[in-house]
Amino acid sequence: MDKTYHISSYCQIKNSSISLDGKLLFSSPIQEFQPFIKSAAQHLNTNYSKFYKMDNLSKLAFLAADILLKNAELDSNTEHNIAIVLSNKASSLDTDRTYQTSISDPDNFFPSPSVFVYTLPNICIGEISIKHQLHSENCFFIFDSFNADHLWINAQSLLRQQKAEKVLCGWVDFDDKNYEAFLYLVEENGIIAHNPNEIKRLFKTWQT
Amino acid sequence: MTKCYLSYHNITSSLGFDTHNVFNQLKNKKSGIQLVEDSTRFYKPFYGAVIPTETLEAKFRILESKNEFTRLEKMLMLSLSKTIKASGIDINTRVGLIISTTKGNIDVLEDQNHFPKERAYLGQLGQIIKDYFRFKNDALVISNACVSGILSVAIAKRYLQEGIYDHIFIIAGDLISDFVLSGFNSFHAMSDAPCQPYDQDRTGINLGEAAVSVLVTSDKNHLSDDAVEILGEGSCNDANHISGPSRTGEGLFRSIKSAFKEAHITPNEIDYLSAHGTATLFNDEMEAIAFDRLGLNQTPLNSLKGYFGHTLGASGLLETVIGMQSLHQNTLIASAGFKTLGVSKPLQIITETTPQKLQTFLKTASGFGGCNTAVLFRKVS
Repeated sequence: MDKTYHISSYCQIKNSSISLDGKLLFSSPIQEFQPFIKSAAQHLNTNYSKFYKMDNLSKLAFLAADILLKNAELDSNTEHNIAIVLSNKASSLDTDRTYQTSISDPDNFFPSPSVFVYTLPNICIGEISIKHQLHSENCFFIFDSFNADHLWINAQSLLRQQKAEKVLCGWVDFDDKNYEAFLYLVEENGIIAHNPNEIKRLFKTWQT
Repeated sequence: MTKCYLSYHNITSSLGFDTHNVFNQLKNKKSGIQLVEDSTRFYKPFYGAVIPTETLEAKFRILESKNEFTRLEKMLMLSLSKTIKASGIDINTRVGLIISTTKGNIDVLEDQNHFPKERAYLGQLGQIIKDYFRFKNDALVISNACVSGILSVAIAKRYLQEGIYDHIFIIAGDLISDFVLSGFNSFHAMSDAPCQPYDQDRTGINLGEAAVSVLVTSDKNHLSDDAVEILGEGSCNDANHISGPSRTGEGLFRSIKSAFKEAHITPNEIDYLSAHGTATLFNDEMEAIAFDRLGLNQTPLNSLKGYFGHTLGASGLLETVIGMQSLHQNTLIASAGFKTLGVSKPLQIITETTPQKLQTFLKTASGFGGCNTAVLFRKVS
């Protein structure tokens, strides 16, 4: 018989607030993303100096993933095969625009390798993998809007083919001043059934 | 488990506009890399493999008279139209579409580009391709750095095996833009001569542009003469560095292991290894270490970057389609630019294009973000 899989936890970051499993974890009156995410990282004891060098998209994805993976209380002495499947609409366009500005004026031509490296959406998966030492399956998809069906298909495939024990899935989008992260962990254990309707329901719980 | 195959295909590249011609160019030792002295592309001359604009425009006009498409869209549409036509497949609800690209229409961000800046959204690119060919399903866009092209094959296989679609068309493409040229240049990763993968004198990459399309199907009634079966795949992260490869080749090692495990085969059953070989010092060394750890030292290996340059999100699919031709024509293609081994582990680099009976090949790729992908293919008997 086929195994069934569950959503064991989920984390959302938007509107200067962070929630874990639907419960408010942190909120701030600061509207602007950069000071907000910095104060959130300090408040949540992220303790990771590389965090401050990341671009906006990576900070957003990293913090949501860090909250989920710390909450999962994984045994640090064993390897964890946790695949990462992320998606968004704006790819790395936030950093792409910054980079393009640095090369658009021939008299002011300052391309920076430390900016250029973040002009790929999957860099945030690399950042999460480094911190949590996940040598696992990973893929970044671009959708016009949140797409529960495709995330579900990819997670199911990875788990059923035994390419992963758990899958960290979700949506992490940063565009202009707008940002939103919704990440969730899929595994055998858990209460919430892993299916597109439940994924959509959880995504919408915080939509205003 | 559902068997999946790579079938009809097209390569639109600096070396030609269909796979057959492109492969003949490789057999004739022709490289698409040249010194490009065009200040509208980059402020200084660079070695790269560009698609001649006049030829692209002329060929596109035969397909479509409306001129409302970007350069990349024209490349993708030209390539995909040929693959769809060759396949004879009716685009119904059981047919999926995957688009693989790292930067898509990134050139629309340039001030002088007359297309709206919104065209840089990859979802828009997906919608344009979907609408033009009247796909019933939305495009699935994969943007996972330089493994995107080969990762798309792995993802397509998973969708077929999950029973979501019966057929999937993959179209992969990227441009040589000011954006990527200046970026790789800022990393000091660009070679000031034609690139030399695995050679002791290698100094970096050349960029290239290409669009490559392929049909992935689970239906044996839709196979081309040169079709291959997808035996196994894996895509594992280095968890080491965002812009440099792992010194132990950990992610690549695990990706290949995962593909072998699924395929139930061992390294000595591989007849040909189509590697990534960008010709940067660190990438080629990392691959040599990973291949050595897996006992792939004696497997004939090449990098095709010396012919096409690094075509980013297209490269993995481009090199896979060439691998299909190598199997079909039982021909190992020489690794262009290679003379003397310049990595710390022995590798069996193909130095002369040679006829050889081939059944099975392994395609690998690695990219920024620590990503790696390996996929195993076998000739359909």
